[in-house]
Amino acid sequence: MEQILAYFFTYKEAIFIIALSIFVGIEVISHVPSVLHTPLMSGANAISGVIIIGGIILVGHADTSTLSLELILGFFAVIFATLNVVGGFVVTDRMLEMFKKKKK
Amino acid sequence: MGESILELSYLISALLFVFGLKLLSHPETARRGNFYAGSGMVLAMFTTLLLHRDASGNGIALTNVWIILSALTIGSVIGWVVARRVKMTAMPQLVSFFNATGGAASALVALLEFPNADMGNYESVLVTILGLIIGSIAFSGSMIAYGKLDGKVKDITSGMMTYVNLFLLVTVVALSVYIMISGQTPEQLNWAIYLLLGISLFYGVMFVMPIGGADMPVVISLLNSFTGIAAAMAGFIYSNQAMILGGILVGAAGTILTLLMCKAMNRSLMNVIIGAFGANGAAAAN
Repeated sequence: MEQILAYFFTYKEAIFIIALSIFVGIEVISHVPSVLHTPLMSGANAISGVIIIGGIILVGHADTSTLSLELILGFFAVIFATLNVVGGFVVTDRMLEMFKKKKK
Repeated sequence: MGESILELSYLISALLFVFGLKLLSHPETARRGNFYAGSGMVLAMFTTLLLHRDASGNGIALTNVWIILSALTIGSVIGWVVARRVKMTAMPQLVSFFNATGGAASALVALLEFPNADMGNYESVLVTILGLIIGSIAFSGSMIAYGKLDGKVKDITSGMMTYVNLFLLVTVVALSVYIMISGQTPEQLNWAIYLLLGISLFYGVMFVMPIGGADMPVVISLLNSFTGIAAAMAGFIYSNQAMILGGILVGAAGTILTLLMCKAMNRSLMNVIIGAFGANGAAAAN
């Protein structure tokens, strides 16, 4: 018991963020109409591209004096994450554009 | 100073993600919501590039900035062109493809951060391993989902598959536990981490393979929430609040969205994943 409490105390900030983000994530989209399922999925997919920050940090502090595995694979990680972000938001925008036209 | 501005910009990005997702779920405001979420991402990207400092206080060197900028440019141009040019009917598979790239990025970041993991600290190792596993499953699973929607991959079903998948899952857990408690250095565990990567990738393929084509949107939504969770795990590696919040947000919203989509089809998630038995289940749903 004491160990569990100590664990909670050490990671309290992370646990707070997780608990509140889950709640917000559920609450924010729980009343979405079914026509918006696909655009919302696509938009959420683009947000999951936040991994790009990780890619930038990784490559940002990689040693550039030699062509290491870290640098090469990190470079690809940034490209992949950018594809996710840019492609994701542009595709969502196109879907919603189509949606608007249909409505009129 | 820079540190505070960076954290502040992460807070603004996180709020823009939440607000964007909120607006995305209403027809009139959806497009604006997408724009907000996108702005949040651009803000977080550039403040990280300009202001991020490592543990010893060094900023990102100019050479690295150029390397990152060229990767960003390549990714943006390809992403933009593909997203603009693709036919309207091919959009669902494109979403799946982009989800796959996000999963691949998460898996790569976790793989490359593993050598820096603090082996004495279980949590540090655990988030790295989880990022690797979940990211690779999201990548290979989404690629198969993309192939199925594009008509390149056929459904393969076999009664054995459930057992094979169960076996793979047990292997993944066992290997993860071994990595955590073996007490060896990351270099000594190199084989284990690559084996874990391989099995996770294979599991992603096997997981999506038997699911019928008609159920793909639900599966993509589920894999999308996986990518979010993988990004959040990477967020723990860097103690980066924007990544943690964005990732968990997508993980939670994606899971609820998956359930809503199942409900709209009058199916349960379990039914889609295991009860479907591929083509038969899909036909029944139609």
